[in-house]
Amino acid sequence: MAALINVPSKAKRGDIIEIRTLTSHIMETGFRHTADGKLVPRNIITSFICRYNGAEVFRADLFPAIAANPYLSFFTVAKESGKFEFEWIGDNGYSSTASASITVE
Amino acid sequence: MPTTRRQFLNLAGGVTVAGTIPIVSLRPLEATPAMLNTAIRNVVGEAQIHTGRVKLDIPPLVENGNTVPMTVSVASPMTADDHVKSIHVFNEKNPQPNIGNFHLGPASGRAQVSTRIRLADTQKVVAIARLSDDTFWQIAADVVVTLAACTEEMN
Repeated sequence: MAALINVPSKAKRGDIIEIRTLTSHIMETGFRHTADGKLVPRNIITSFICRYNGAEVFRADLFPAIAANPYLSFFTVAKESGKFEFEWIGDNGYSSTASASITVE
Repeated sequence: MPTTRRQFLNLAGGVTVAGTIPIVSLRPLEATPAMLNTAIRNVVGEAQIHTGRVKLDIPPLVENGNTVPMTVSVASPMTADDHVKSIHVFNEKNPQPNIGNFHLGPASGRAQVSTRIRLADTQKVVAIARLSDDTFWQIAADVVVTLAACTEEMN
């Protein structure tokens, strides 16, 4: 699935950097009804994980109260060059990944 | 005796005042529904919740409850000894009281998280931070929503 990731490509060692992620997902709440009264089943992303060179630096549990196309922004300390891996997990076996690399000087 | 304009206005004013009071008293501002309390206790347990240290940036008036930008930040040095373990955000009147749980650590550097949320009604949003010494800090913000999320029919 399409995801937009914003990670600075370069940083100084020890800098606090902001990471912004946006992924496309309907985030159907499970509280809405169709015009003929049927409940629309829940379909949301329940979990987001960010790993920096394999180590988890940020994790989020999401609920139906998160808007469609979940946007998340958070911070981490740039400690070494390497790769950020992002993973979204959701209802109905939904899983999506993305990655971004960073050079730390 | 014909009713004068002054008498009529006095009467109308009295009716309005009498009609407003019950509506106001039905919704006290500080009422916290049981679901919100239960959800908070599920996270916090029996611990005491202090007020302060947490900052919640959310617009006080939103036109569209389907996507409301929100930033939570906590005053913390984010060192190994003193950092924010997690941030929990709750609402008062959506069908479900949870909004999100965000897990941080010393590697975060700064205890700040932004996202976009849904609000089904004019209500209170509560953010609670759990620090590394297992103390809890909270802040609440009132948001007025003119177009609610969640309740509309699907086409």
